[in-house]
Amino acid sequence: MNEPTLPAGPAPWICATCNIPLEPAKVSIAYLGNAFPVDLLKCPQCGLVWIPEDLALGRMAEVEKTLEDK
Amino acid sequence: MIGQDELRQLEDQCIQECAPACTAACPVHVDVRSLAAAVAKGDFAGGLKLLTRVVPFPRTISRICDAPCQPVCRRNEAGDPVAIRALERACVEYGGAPDKPRVLPRRGKTVAVVGGGLSGLTAAFDLARKGYAVSVYEAGAEFGGRLLEYPEAILPRRLLCDELAIVESVFAEISLSAGLQEDSLVALRRECDALYLAVGWPASSTFGLAVNEAGRVAVDPVTFMTSMDGVFAGGDMLRSGAERSPIRAISDGRRSAISIDRYLQKVSLTASRANEGSYITRLYTNTAGIAPLPAVPISEPATGYTGDEATAEAARCIQCECMECVKTCEYLRAYGRYPRKYLREIYNNLSIVKGERKSNQFINSCSLCGLCGEVCPEDLGMGPVIQKARQVMVADNRMPPSAHDFALRDMAFSNSAKFTLARHRPGAATSDAVFFPGCQLAGSAPAQVEQAYGYLCEKLGNVGLLLRCCGAPADWAGRTELFGESLAELRAELDSLGATKLIVACSSCFQVFKANLPGIELISLWEVYDRHGLPQETKTSTFNLQPATLAVHDPCTTRYEPQIQESARALIRRLGYAIEELALSRERTACCTYGGVMWLANRPLAEAAVRRRIGESEADYVTYCAMCRDFFAARGKRTLHLLDLIYGAEPSTNAERPGPGFSQRHENRARLKRRLLREIWGEDMPGEPATYESIRLLIADEVQARLEERLVLIEDIQRVIEHAEHTGKRLLNPVSGHLLAYFKPTAVTYWVEYAPEGEAFRIYNAYSHRMEIAEGERK
Repeated sequence: MNEPTLPAGPAPWICATCNIPLEPAKVSIAYLGNAFPVDLLKCPQCGLVWIPEDLALGRMAEVEKTLEDK
Repeated sequence: MIGQDELRQLEDQCIQECAPACTAACPVHVDVRSLAAAVAKGDFAGGLKLLTRVVPFPRTISRICDAPCQPVCRRNEAGDPVAIRALERACVEYGGAPDKPRVLPRRGKTVAVVGGGLSGLTAAFDLARKGYAVSVYEAGAEFGGRLLEYPEAILPRRLLCDELAIVESVFAEISLSAGLQEDSLVALRRECDALYLAVGWPASSTFGLAVNEAGRVAVDPVTFMTSMDGVFAGGDMLRSGAERSPIRAISDGRRSAISIDRYLQKVSLTASRANEGSYITRLYTNTAGIAPLPAVPISEPATGYTGDEATAEAARCIQCECMECVKTCEYLRAYGRYPRKYLREIYNNLSIVKGERKSNQFINSCSLCGLCGEVCPEDLGMGPVIQKARQVMVADNRMPPSAHDFALRDMAFSNSAKFTLARHRPGAATSDAVFFPGCQLAGSAPAQVEQAYGYLCEKLGNVGLLLRCCGAPADWAGRTELFGESLAELRAELDSLGATKLIVACSSCFQVFKANLPGIELISLWEVYDRHGLPQETKTSTFNLQPATLAVHDPCTTRYEPQIQESARALIRRLGYAIEELALSRERTACCTYGGVMWLANRPLAEAAVRRRIGESEADYVTYCAMCRDFFAARGKRTLHLLDLIYGAEPSTNAERPGPGFSQRHENRARLKRRLLREIWGEDMPGEPATYESIRLLIADEVQARLEERLVLIEDIQRVIEHAEHTGKRLLNPVSGHLLAYFKPTAVTYWVEYAPEGEAFRIYNAYSHRMEIAEGERK
């Protein structure tokens, strides 16, 4: 997961609860016992994370497959 | 784990790597298939290289070989056999100069060769190259033996002398006019470390050695050793005049040289010597459908084929191979190899301790349908090996979770209280038989399940009903434990009904029960209709003068159940339709890709396999498995289920209906249970529905199609929304007003983009991933 994971341009989403924009942050995501720090956008106040659709269906799916075959 | 011995045994069953008939029949095993392929490309040098690898005298042999390869050439079955010897000659003529033989350093041992014909010179050549000091004793005034007797037009003396000179280039001592006397063998043997006798036909003497019934020198058939230790014999002296053969003479010389080398190195003379000399290959080659072609004539017999003629003749070689399974099965074809290679890959994949398991998806992509074993000339089926491999992967905790999860969730749903039901017929205390419609027919066509159950009660009396999944997905997924639990539950329900006879609609269920429920009598629903007649409400097809034709697709799990296949056909005919048999039908039928969870483990491959199957005929298909029908119909193939013909008011439109989506299948099963409980047993559905089930969703068709593609179920979405609305953990798009939230009910995290709309929620998008967002990141 070393490639850029932050979307280009401003995020279309804000935190609905805190009503503030999301900010870049390192978030740990894990699969089958392997954890990776990933640059994601999240709410600086409540910590709610956004995983964009293209990241979930693209790079994340690839990494899942690689880890499943390891 | 699969053991080494078991692996070898299985590998041996795959005959794809066995030699073609021509190579096996050739005593020195010229790789004719590769030679023909080279010549067909105009690569004569490549062809010559293949020839000189096994024949020391290619110029000579390509003119006089007795060619035992040609009568066995499989081209025979579609025209003349390939003119192999003429192709070899073309390689010699147009292939340039052969490579210079390489000679190993001297070993300090001496070998005497008696006889300067083809066999003796071959042995001398081979042994000298291995570093032995070889002395050849020839009785005549020049080398060649009986080769000198060929007419100049066939074997010019000049060519022969030039070629045989190669022998002199690799060893030193040559004695001409030096025949061996009857009584001097013992003395010559004493002077050397080993001796090869090849004095030709008729043999001048038997040199005091033991002889066979024909009076010729007797040799061991494997090693060519005579009765005297260290003395070997071969070539035409072992044969009658009629049996003489130049190529066998060369083969004997070569094989004797192997024996002599081993004898002098004091290692086993007999180990690993299978398939030396002529033998009959196990390779199977299907020649059906190959267009007949006559041999290309040689325009100038004295000079042999021109280059173009040779190339044209070589192109007639059918390149014998087996590949029966690979030709028939889309899965085995897609991975580009054949079972012998696949078996090794599976074994390696299971043996890897650290590193990438490259064959995981291969192992999970088989439908376990058994077609490969059926078409294999040696009955090698990949299914049992692959199923075992999956079990090993599960046991070792190495099974990719994504491969089967969705199917196992479907199974869990069908074995939950939402669907399971075990009842005697209302008012009955016992059941003479129990109807098991299976989860997928219930998911696909619940109304037909109800109709079929009504029919069974009417015709057979006390028929109970058992709703649940047979457990096949767990079995296919290698989940031995889960499968065992599912079977035990099923067994307990059968026992509670006192059932000893099951009427089964789905042939996958049928196979699961046949293999795992000893003592339970099984009969397919189709046999019952066949025996007891169609229901009264059935409308047979009478609207055409010509009966409409339907192509029958047999479910792969009926492969060896001819009684089911026959009943289905009898019903189709009785319903007024003519039957078209597909090229792959009955015991050769193909899987719809539901089998083995192939459709989930490798979706692009499954797509290709279904397309191949539905492309076999233009006719509408009829089948008697709900998944086959729905999978074909989903790709636009007009396909009917047998129950559509029996109960459908308008079969023509039924053929086009797409199967229900995954969520709808769940819903159909749950509704079927609720409805049957109410209508037949007068009971309410037990238990409270989960709170999320009451969340109403509004989903456009296009979004619904995306959810199906992404395997996101309605209940997944309902749970995300319930969680998001309850916790307030949502993202907001200020422009569109849409909300985005995620939740991970079990293994998969689902994201849903939605917005409230009245009492309901409008769904705009959904996606999922398996990687987990570390909870510690959230305050």
